[in-house]
Parts: sequence; structure tokens; C-alpha cells
Amino acid sequence: MLLLRPKDIACRQAVELVTDYLEGTLSRGDRRRFEFHIRGCPNCSAYLEQIRMTIQATGTVGEDDLTPEARDDLVNLYRRWKSK
Amino acid sequence: MELVGRLRDGDEDAFVMLVARYHQPMLRLARSMVSSEAVAEEAVQDTWIGVVRGIERFEGRASFKTWLFRILVNRVRSAATREQRNAPAESPQAVDPARFDAQGQWADPVERWPQQSDDRFEAAMWAPILKAALEDLPSRQRTVVVLRDVEGMSSEEVCSVLGISAGNQRILLHRGRSRLREMLDADWRRG
Repeated sequence: MLLLRPKDIACRQAVELVTDYLEGTLSRGDRRRFEFHIRGCPNCSAYLEQIRMTIQATGTVGEDDLTPEARDDLVNLYRRWKSK
Repeated sequence: MELVGRLRDGDEDAFVMLVARYHQPMLRLARSMVSSEAVAEEAVQDTWIGVVRGIERFEGRASFKTWLFRILVNRVRSAATREQRNAPAESPQAVDPARFDAQGQWADPVERWPQQSDDRFEAAMWAPILKAALEDLPSRQRTVVVLRDVEGMSSEEVCSVLGISAGNQRILLHRGRSRLREMLDADWRRG
């Protein structure tokens, strides 16, 4: 059995694998190496958590509503188009 | 989708509901691609007209949202070949190389951000910083991050909307998210 140590990938490499890891596109070997590294490395584990929190926070920036004016403009546009 | 069927039958209420659901996401997508607000708004309006006119051509193979966004992307691209937002220099690294030592390990500890249960952290509290950070991203990264993380689309949908490969989508997403994390971290460390 091959024993991998966290240092088998450097932190500099681990941070580049984060998106592929979250997307589920790492090969099985790479995923194992990545997860092993994360378990043994508090810094990269904190980094991964920050990326997850970033994604979550980004999901909240879109919550602005359509203004009534913009909606009315579009409805008028629709009526004009339909009456043609 | 039932609303789409009603739109096909010329139901104005269905149009209003679709507008309420998709207009802001469409504006966000258009704005992520061009710097001119006027060009973005016009492209979105054109798209709505194109949609009511061409709704018969929607075959339901892709989701309505994907179909809608694909029309919009085409409008924005043709309206604005010269309007494309300038791309700031892209940084190919997820993390500033200066943060690693010669062996590629973190030179200084990565500080954990406060957890959500901690009332110092509210995801929404960071929205203004994130909005500014999104503005600073190169356009292609911004568009992918907006579609994936703001709109919650799948990678397949994003590839279809933008006409890019899965690999390319992942690279843009990776660079965009990495950069946003960096900006949030800088803000957090400033206190």
C-alpha cells in the first residue's frame, strides 16, 4: 500500500485543484491526494472552507427586485408588439 | 413549462410572470458582458421581443432559462462587439504566489473566517464587497461566476448558454471564485 503524506502535493498545487474538486471532475487518484492533503493541512482546509463560503455569499448578491417601472415598460412593449 | 405554453397562446399574465422571474437575472448577465448600461438594457428588451416572437421555436429540449439566456448572449455579443468590457490582466494563479514559501507551503497561516452562526458573519453582509469584486473580474470570468453562483445554473447549462467547453468553463469559474475569495479575505483581514 502506498502511503501518501499531506506534502505529496504542495499547498500551492492544492489551491489550484479546489474547483475541480468541488465540480467532481478530479480523477480518483487526484481526489484522494487532494482530500488527504486537506485533512492534514489546516491552512488548505481553511482555504477550502473560505471558497465554499465565497460561493455561498455570491449566491446572495442577486436578490434585487424588478422595479415596477421596468415591468410596465416591458408590458407596454408586449402590448405594442401584440397589437401589430 | 406551463407558463411557456400560455405565452405561446398570447397570455399577457404569463409574460408578466416570466418577466418578473427572469428580467433581473438577464440584466445581470448582460451587464456582466458589456460595460454600457444602455447596451445591456437594450439587449434584454430585444431578447424579450425576440422571445414572444419566436416562442414557437422553443422546443423544450433545453430549459426555458437556458434558451432565453442563449438568445440574450447572442444579442449582447452582436450588439456590442466593440462594447465588450475591457479585460483587466488575468492572474493565472488562484492565490498570490507570494503567500507560499519556496516549498509551496503557506508562508503564513490561513485564518478561518467566522462561521455563519457567528453574527459577525452574514453572507448578505458581504454582498456589497462581492458586487465590487465581481466588477473587477475579467468579463468572461464574471459572466461564468454570475451564471453559476448567482443564478445557480449547472455547468452544462452555462456551457450551453455561452457556447464554451466544460474545461474552459471550469478554468473561468476557478479564476473568478479564487479572485472573489481573495477580495473577501483581504476585507476580512483589514477588519
